[in-house]
Amino acid sequence: MSLHAKVQGDTVVITVRGDMNVKSIASIEPLLAELLIHSIPSKRFEWHLERLTHFDSAAALLLYTFDKKSRSLGATCKFHANTNHQNIIDAVYHRDYHSSGVVDHRLGPVATVGKMAIQKYQSFKDFLAFVGELFSALLIYLLHPKSIRFKEIYHAIEESSINALGIIALTTFLIGVVLAYQSSIQLKMYGANIFIVDMLGISVLRELAPLIAAIVIAGRSGSAFAAQIGVMKITEELDAMKTMGFDPYLFLVLPRIIALMVMMPLIIFFADIMAMLGGMVVAAIELGISAQLFVDRFNEAVAMKHFFIGISKGPFFGFIIAAIGIFRGLMVENDTRSIGINTTKSVVEAIFMVIICDAIFSIIYTSLGI
Amino acid sequence: MQHVIEAKNILTRFGQTIVHQDINLHVNRGEIYGLLGPSGCGKTTLMKEMVLLQKYQGGSMKVLGYDLNHIGHQKAQELRQQWGVLFQFGALYSSLNIYDNIAVSLREYTMISEALIAEIVSYKIHIVGLEQSVKEQYPSEISGGMKKKAGLARALVMDPKLLFLDEPTSGLDPISAREFDALILRLRDRFDLSIVMVTHDLDSIEATLDRAAILDEKRVVAEGDLQTIKATDNLFIKTFFKGR
Repeated sequence: MSLHAKVQGDTVVITVRGDMNVKSIASIEPLLAELLIHSIPSKRFEWHLERLTHFDSAAALLLYTFDKKSRSLGATCKFHANTNHQNIIDAVYHRDYHSSGVVDHRLGPVATVGKMAIQKYQSFKDFLAFVGELFSALLIYLLHPKSIRFKEIYHAIEESSINALGIIALTTFLIGVVLAYQSSIQLKMYGANIFIVDMLGISVLRELAPLIAAIVIAGRSGSAFAAQIGVMKITEELDAMKTMGFDPYLFLVLPRIIALMVMMPLIIFFADIMAMLGGMVVAAIELGISAQLFVDRFNEAVAMKHFFIGISKGPFFGFIIAAIGIFRGLMVENDTRSIGINTTKSVVEAIFMVIICDAIFSIIYTSLGI
Repeated sequence: MQHVIEAKNILTRFGQTIVHQDINLHVNRGEIYGLLGPSGCGKTTLMKEMVLLQKYQGGSMKVLGYDLNHIGHQKAQELRQQWGVLFQFGALYSSLNIYDNIAVSLREYTMISEALIAEIVSYKIHIVGLEQSVKEQYPSEISGGMKKKAGLARALVMDPKLLFLDEPTSGLDPISAREFDALILRLRDRFDLSIVMVTHDLDSIEATLDRAAILDEKRVVAEGDLQTIKATDNLFIKTFFKGR
């Protein structure tokens, strides 16, 4: 596209050739703004557009804005164009609307904090309502044991727990390896090789295996709950269930929560085994402690209570992960973006709550002296 | 370039199932062309092949003079800026408001100033018959019909030469559907558009289409203007146009 401007008396004659369209007008936009300023006090702008090969509504709108600005400066515009192009120009001039951009409604820092506080409060209330519904649904389960959806529970157990065993095995085995390897260097210095068993046994059974298992399950199964239920909400499957008399709490929510509460202790048990196995391998290689010796020392040094303390956290962690995952799924609005947001939140909140819960257990067990 | 789209001997297969066999058709410049046929006949698949969303397994296709069999990344990007596509449910970006949904191509592909972008977006919203107040709303906050119109505004923002519409009137109430037909005709006349659409809506077919192709049993069983098509001896056509 080429543009020529020529001043004749109080008239500026502008000739445009070539393609004047959405792809090319950006190059002349600043030029026209300058032209307008420099050519005042000209009274008229004559536009010759007959030689254009392509012309579209974006270009017509550029001419329209130029005309509007020139009128505000006391000048007029006249366009000479062939009929097709003139039609496009006429179309953009014919208007019964006000064009405008959108205002950026960015909030100030105080308002942002306030809005966040209100949102947190609201979502806390929503969560309480969710827990309330959960327990009333649980009551139905207990009063009418026939309404328990065993099939759904089995399915949830398979999906969220059994299928997670592979990744649980790998992570906890590696944790055992890393832990044993790091401490073996220190222990070797003091010649206290055998204490690797005490150290690993107590820390893994009591704290690490439950925590690592919970984190993996939150990332893998909690997020899956949130996404599944979120999508079901968007596709109106939840509404369809309600209208057909299938209470989603009985069919979707409780089976998943029960599944994780039942399975979490078993997952922790499995995680214990794998982590100790990892420790055993390193102990054998690095510290020369045979498997036989390791197991003997384990029997002697690690009390049964450590194992039970670890396992006892399972149902609580399971409840937290499943409840938060499902709650976040139910919070999804009619908007694909909110699936992503809520899935992320489900994982972050579940891990955070699991750690809080773990801290509370730690305080309780310490004050109980076990 | 008289034919904006030319498909020759198109073969499409999903695994073992053959969807299209020997599809031949062309779309003339400036016409509204319909892809019709029973559900599952591969109309939408054929349209997806035209807009480079899906590959066909045999034959050749030319769109706006670009040969889709031998198209590189650069050429494909060039071509994509010359058409607009309206999806069945609008397919608006849910993270952007309506204004930004429409403006996104302008910001990405041109250096046009924000002031002029506002003009262009406002104009497109006006011509598709939406209120200016929808600009600040998000796709989740507006109705299905409005989403379609906003989707059309987005498809039109680069002043394309070719417009693809996937079931533009489905899900609209009859009044909005007829308005949509009128809108499509008006756009074609004003902006020298060629339009390809997949549709089931008989009123819309009668009102807007210049020519159409009927896909049935993997092939094009009839192509041409509505008179020619109605005269064709085919079970689907007979039942579909019954009494018209």
